[in-house]
Amino acid sequence: MRRRRLALLAAVAALVVAASGCAGVGGRGGGGTQVVVAMVANPQMQDLERLSGEFTRRHPEISLKFVTLPENELRDRVTQDIATNAGQYDVVTVGTYEVPIWAANTWLTRVDGLAARTPGYDVADLIPPVRDALTYRGGMYAVPFYGESSFLMYRKDLFARAGLTMPARPTWQQVASFAARLDDPAKKLSGICLRGLPGWGEVLAPLDTVILTFGGRWYDEHWKAHLTDPATVRAVKFYVDLVRKHGEPGAPSAGFSECLTSLSQGNSAMWYDATSAAGSLEDPNVSKVAGKIGYAPAPVVDTPRSGWLWAWSLASPTTSREKAAAWTFMSWASSKEYVRLVGEKLGWARVLPGSRLSTYALPQYRKAAGAFADQTLRSIQGVDVHRPGRYPQPWIGVQYVSIPEFQDLGTKVSQEISAAIAGQQSVDDAMRKAQRYAEDAAANGGYGS
Amino acid sequence: MAAVDTDRLTSTVERPARHRRRRRPPRPGTIAVGVVAWAVGLVFFFPVLWMFLTGFKQESQASTDPPTIFFTPTLDQYRAILGRDFLPYFGNSLIASVLSIVLVLLLATPAAYALSVRPVVRWQDSLFFFLSTRMMPAVATILPLYIIARDLNVLDNVTFLALIYTAMNLPIAVWMIRSFLLELPKEVLEAARVDGASLPVEMRRVILPMIAPGLAATALICFIFAWNEFFFAVSLTAFRAATVPVFLVGFITQEGLFWARLSAAATLAVLPVLIAGWTAQKWLVRGLSLGAVK
Repeated sequence: MRRRRLALLAAVAALVVAASGCAGVGGRGGGGTQVVVAMVANPQMQDLERLSGEFTRRHPEISLKFVTLPENELRDRVTQDIATNAGQYDVVTVGTYEVPIWAANTWLTRVDGLAARTPGYDVADLIPPVRDALTYRGGMYAVPFYGESSFLMYRKDLFARAGLTMPARPTWQQVASFAARLDDPAKKLSGICLRGLPGWGEVLAPLDTVILTFGGRWYDEHWKAHLTDPATVRAVKFYVDLVRKHGEPGAPSAGFSECLTSLSQGNSAMWYDATSAAGSLEDPNVSKVAGKIGYAPAPVVDTPRSGWLWAWSLASPTTSREKAAAWTFMSWASSKEYVRLVGEKLGWARVLPGSRLSTYALPQYRKAAGAFADQTLRSIQGVDVHRPGRYPQPWIGVQYVSIPEFQDLGTKVSQEISAAIAGQQSVDDAMRKAQRYAEDAAANGGYGS
Repeated sequence: MAAVDTDRLTSTVERPARHRRRRRPPRPGTIAVGVVAWAVGLVFFFPVLWMFLTGFKQESQASTDPPTIFFTPTLDQYRAILGRDFLPYFGNSLIASVLSIVLVLLLATPAAYALSVRPVVRWQDSLFFFLSTRMMPAVATILPLYIIARDLNVLDNVTFLALIYTAMNLPIAVWMIRSFLLELPKEVLEAARVDGASLPVEMRRVILPMIAPGLAATALICFIFAWNEFFFAVSLTAFRAATVPVFLVGFITQEGLFWARLSAAATLAVLPVLIAGWTAQKWLVRGLSLGAVK
């Protein structure tokens, strides 16, 4: 009995001693220079992790460690890490929203010099609007991993059956009339799927492009808020009416994933969203409507073009202690060679879209993504990140305002819009509150003063 | 021999009486309570069952409307998870949880003793102080903790995480163990002291065996809290010390379907808690009915 107790005590003591000397079991394996990559949990990043063996085979002196988190958690973690100078991460995935803000804070390592010195990297091959979005005051601070704009996806078979034709450049009014014609709740078919989920990266992404093409805006050049302007309110009323009358059921809680499910399962006739959705829609393993989808440019009203721009990109924080190794990995993951590697190892339909012009010249990719590749490239190339709407703006970006306050401001405004979609308040009330939030954000941030 | 015969006789005499009790028709009220209890049980259990089933679906089947009920089960999601280096996360969760439980029990038991059996001066204030440490939201403490961890070079360190979990669970453990100690008959402790038992002997030979079920219940509750904890884990770890909840959220993406894989990962994640619960079921019921959580 005494021996058993002693053994138990010894086991507990051993555990305590062992654990106190143990940082964790996740860091085992891999020698040499360790590069820690913090990335969002998107499928393309999971592919990167899967193919990272090819990189370490070519660079045995570098070992890679991946931290995968959802977008919001990752943004919080990386912000905390860089702001406190902890230096845990060597490479981080950043969106076009963060790049100008973090570059202004001197949080990101400038990469254009490194890119120019890297043989075969070919900076000129990066799609110009994407490159622009990652450039701050003449310097490039991230390299694009994959990019996207927005376009209209529609069911060609339903349009043909209803005798409808999608114009080459549809207007939002035409889209609304198509949605009304195709909407059939008895058959569980909504005319259109549009995001209604609160979040600046959710409902506000498509809605902001609608606001811009209706001639509305968030701020003018002097940071005066314009959310109660007639054009802005008209755009929001149009969006809310369309989604309430002919949108998907449960629209206030529908985001990208819900709309992807709705269209891919045959429950929506149209969907206005990210060009990156097309790959999933054309995959017969997850989509019942593969081969039946048509792709049209983002609908317009008062502007010749519309559509957002986003690029998940790779950047190295200035706090990284392994900048050279980090660039070696970043340049490989954003290279033409990596694009070909994805095609050869995982299939050409999974090739990263929206980063390099040369991708769209690859015959294998054109064959696999023929249904949407050209429209994707045209949509991205048509975006002007400096002046996406009718008026000039004092920030770089389309579907967001690239100031740190926008995460909070956008979330609050999106909650008001979502409440209007749910029928809990009128659009006028929602926009009055949104205007107040926007004025407060500009005042608190010291913009325009 | 005679005694054996008597036993047999007794048992044969008793048996018809038992049978009569079984045949007695249940009262309508009892049936209604039974039906409601089953309904409530099923409502609570259904999400877990659905999670378990979804883990055996393909992604396209997991996100259909209406939901897919009949499907050919597949282990694809489990294969994908185990192929994504699940075990280090599991190991970190195990180390952080077990180490924190050991520390919590080692610290909370004497603290609870000093607040119940032989109360210290101003024991009520001390008790309230323990509780008050739980009143501040975790998010309010994260930045100082992060900076301390950075300066001590223990960011992404599972031992530091275990210490955080110890601090997190200590107040509830003190309160629970104290309530178990209050249930102890004073006469037994006095008898031990009269027999000359010193404090360590009294603790080891008398108190600990009597409150063992309560300690097991406390340990299990602390294990569940530590195992499921997400906020500190995601904020203070990266790749070395990341735990199972951090692994789970790595499947949540805004650009694709993930329900089947997330469900499979969640099923794997809850297994240790279920196993620990089942293993300690007998002690747990005794422990929970002994003291605080009645």
